Amino acid sequence: MIIGTPADAEAVLQLPRRRRGGAVRKERWKEYGLGYLFILPAFLIFGVFTFYPFVKNFWLAAHETPLYPGNPAPYVGIHQFTTTVTSSMFLQSLESTAIFTVIAVPIGVFLGLALAVIANQRLKGIAFFRLVFSATAVTGVAVAAVIFGTLLSPTNGLLQSWGIDTAPGIAQSPGWALYAVSGIQAWQFMGLSFIIMLAGLQSLPEEVLEAARTDGASTWTVFWRVTVPLMSPTIFFAGVIGTIIALQSYGVVDILIASSGQGSQAVYTHTNLLINYIYDEIYNRQFGVAACLAIALFLITLVVTAVQFRVLAKRVHYGN
Amino acid sequence: MRLLGSYAGLIAGALIVLFPLYIAVNDSLLTPSQILASPPPLFPTDPQWHNYVQAFSTYGFGSYLRNSFIQSGLIVLGALTTSILAAYAFVFLKFPFRRTLFVLVLATAMIPFEVTVAANYDTVFKIHWEGNFAGLTIPFMATGFGIFLLRQSFMGIPKELREAALIDGYGPIGFLWRVALPLARPVIAALAVFSFLGAWNQYLWPDLLTSNNQSIRTVQIGLKVIGGTIATVGVSLAAAVITLVPLVILLILFLKNLVRALTAGAVK
Repeated sequence: MIIGTPADAEAVLQLPRRRRGGAVRKERWKEYGLGYLFILPAFLIFGVFTFYPFVKNFWLAAHETPLYPGNPAPYVGIHQFTTTVTSSMFLQSLESTAIFTVIAVPIGVFLGLALAVIANQRLKGIAFFRLVFSATAVTGVAVAAVIFGTLLSPTNGLLQSWGIDTAPGIAQSPGWALYAVSGIQAWQFMGLSFIIMLAGLQSLPEEVLEAARTDGASTWTVFWRVTVPLMSPTIFFAGVIGTIIALQSYGVVDILIASSGQGSQAVYTHTNLLINYIYDEIYNRQFGVAACLAIALFLITLVVTAVQFRVLAKRVHYGN
Repeated sequence: MRLLGSYAGLIAGALIVLFPLYIAVNDSLLTPSQILASPPPLFPTDPQWHNYVQAFSTYGFGSYLRNSFIQSGLIVLGALTTSILAAYAFVFLKFPFRRTLFVLVLATAMIPFEVTVAANYDTVFKIHWEGNFAGLTIPFMATGFGIFLLRQSFMGIPKELREAALIDGYGPIGFLWRVALPLARPVIAALAVFSFLGAWNQYLWPDLLTSNNQSIRTVQIGLKVIGGTIATVGVSLAAAVITLVPLVILLILFLKNLVRALTAGAVK
């Protein structure tokens, strides 16, 4: 190699740079490794308990579950799914789930918003009221079910002794059992709805509400004309969350009716929400049927959420 | 006048929430004959504290409580660890398929629990986790929500701060521990509270797993076991109140934090 040409000079100059390039590459591989290492724990759990069962669920739905575990599961394709979702038990369950959701979610959303509006003022003792309004968010469905089960009891319930006839009791009265459990779900969701709405209200521009008020608009007008439109993204968010929660709400019906040991067959049929139906099939080790029901509920959740997005998104006012 | 209206609204709202809760506390302290009276007294004139004692002594609520604390504590610890590590990697480290993998994380939030529950029940039995805390907790130790929330929070940390930390000789772990975690503390606290609430109030999964394994039953399932017959109504309400107390304490301590975490990220 003849030293002195410009190309050589460049080669000499590049030598350390190339070495540095190697070090950088090594650093980069180290960063890749660390990145994968850090996401590994989460992905292990997702892999085993979310992605694998999601796929496995379709396999289960397409195979008849053998009577005894370990025996071969014959492939039945879509047949098991169509039989399950056309059965009268499924259709009844679907109707109950629809009524349950349509009652519980709007009431919970509206009460949450109303409470948030009255709690979003600077008043003495407001911290206490905010705490109280959030309380049902931490009241689990089991606790709510036990409490309302007592209130509504025909033998020792408070409402009964106040002259509101609650006989023959939720578990024996197909006429209002479903409405009672829907109301309990609404009460329980109200707290979370309140927290979401309060967070939403607090990120609204205060000047707009202030301006509307000083313009002499009534509280009612300000609420419907200013607060609700401005809050529509949050209301929408609460509605979607509430729907997802309601579709997965299993405890109220389980405690008050299914496991109470007092439920009549008619009440049981009328309040057999899809999620409770799924549980029963799993408990009886009918994994195939349970998987078909789960797919149905998943599709329903998807469709309802998508419809909410389409219908509401048009009316939702997104600020900058 | 306006002030009066405001307080009237606040008090009406408080009644909707507090009335059922008050009646639960009140009735848990009544004697059986008072509970059956028409109407039952609205104040416990002769408080029956033994209902609370009985929840522990006769119905083993102490062990349910212990199990719930272990179960919820493990879920919180696990979920925080996996979320912090993954969120850190997604924000501060570069690696191939980072975006795709993050989309997968978000996708987990779209797969509802009911779709996975049958297969998970099967899995847990196959690996013999059905009778222990591993089966009760590990499936919930990673959530798309947690990773998303922390990622949002880490993204708020200025890039210059990371560069400065690197120049100061902090490695990635040092930066995570000394800079990123302290800055994200409010969000981490909110996430911890959210996952504790969720874990404590879990019902379906513990119900499935502990139907044949009493030793790891949680408080929620304990409530179901006590049941609400006339004979047990006092104890059952006492147990409901006991179940609620830890969460009310958490709420008192962290409500502001929860609202602020939501204001900062999820709602907008």
